Amino acid sequence: MSNGLKTLTNGILKENPTFVLVLGMCPTLATTTSAINGMSMGLATMFVLICSNVVISLLKNLIPDKVRIPAFIVVIATFVTLVQLLMQAYLPAIYDVLGLFIPLIVVNCIVLGRAEAFAAKNSVGLSALDGIGMGLGFTLALTLLGAVRELLGTGSCFGLTVFPDNYGALVFVLAPGAFIALAYLMVIINKIQNK
Amino acid sequence: MEKLQSSFKNMVLSLVIISMVAAGALAGVYLLTLKNIEAQKIAKQEAAKQAVLAGHEDGTAIEVAVDGFGGPFRVMVGFDAEGTILGYEILEHQETPGLGSHMEHWFKNADKPGQNIIGRKATGAFAVSKDGGDVDAITAATISSRAFLQAINKAYAEFKGTEATTGASQLKNEGVKDEGVNEQTETEVSHE
Repeated sequence: MSNGLKTLTNGILKENPTFVLVLGMCPTLATTTSAINGMSMGLATMFVLICSNVVISLLKNLIPDKVRIPAFIVVIATFVTLVQLLMQAYLPAIYDVLGLFIPLIVVNCIVLGRAEAFAAKNSVGLSALDGIGMGLGFTLALTLLGAVRELLGTGSCFGLTVFPDNYGALVFVLAPGAFIALAYLMVIINKIQNK
Repeated sequence: MEKLQSSFKNMVLSLVIISMVAAGALAGVYLLTLKNIEAQKIAKQEAAKQAVLAGHEDGTAIEVAVDGFGGPFRVMVGFDAEGTILGYEILEHQETPGLGSHMEHWFKNADKPGQNIIGRKATGAFAVSKDGGDVDAITAATISSRAFLQAINKAYAEFKGTEATTGASQLKNEGVKDEGVNEQTETEVSHE
């Protein structure tokens, strides 16, 4: 069990996909304009990550090594499209919020990265835990980054006004601010972890 | 179970089977959800129609499609008999989340007169301030804003068109003139 717990927390702290592994930068930088956007992207990715980890772990012995990457991509892209269709049909309220982010999950290299580095070598249970841990780590990182950018850029957090938006530095909502905020957060978090 | 060797036969077989299962699953779920997704779209369209008319019984709701930054999007616009904009709803779009997607609320913010278009009389020639118009574009999403205003202008041209067929002949002339202005804006956008 301690092994399972270690796998679960691994993605949240020691190998946090955003701050430590620095994977999936495209959706990270693009979608964290506000805390709620960051969290939505994180949760959608987490769902796909868990499904793809489980399926790839189940199929790992049926996929010859030399064609594993195309096989993984077919599995991941299928899940992303299934999620999009099912959400659109049965959860329209959530689809209105998350819909735009879902196709971006395919290009997220965390999903492929975990399939390759973890699910292809470990049992189904551990792969699911790894998916949950990595997904949570990614969600937390994106929410934090989104909250920082929203706060500095518009003076609010999760849509709640903290200070008037006249004092916000708009650059933080735009692309350059994403790089600046991400770099500082990375420095701070790695400094704390290395202590 | 033994791991399959990377022989040619195994590689082809495993990829073909995985792709076939994936395609089958996608086709199945697509057919399963098709009815629901269509129903959602129609429900959304009806709700948007109610919302953009804001209780005006003599109003007209017009749906238009234009090309935005991330692909085509559809907007429902409500006009009253005089051509005043009663409201709008974005039915479907693929603009950048957090930037272009702000158009869902940006142009109906009653606290910011520079960007609000609700309650203004449509002229068919709305343009962002960068292009010499008087509507403030969404910060960092000028192309989406241009496309949005183009949609409003297009809707107005259509509104004028329906008016002209039922109303007086002088309206017809006005409609033709407005369409000319609209085309100009369209070419401008396509140069971007």
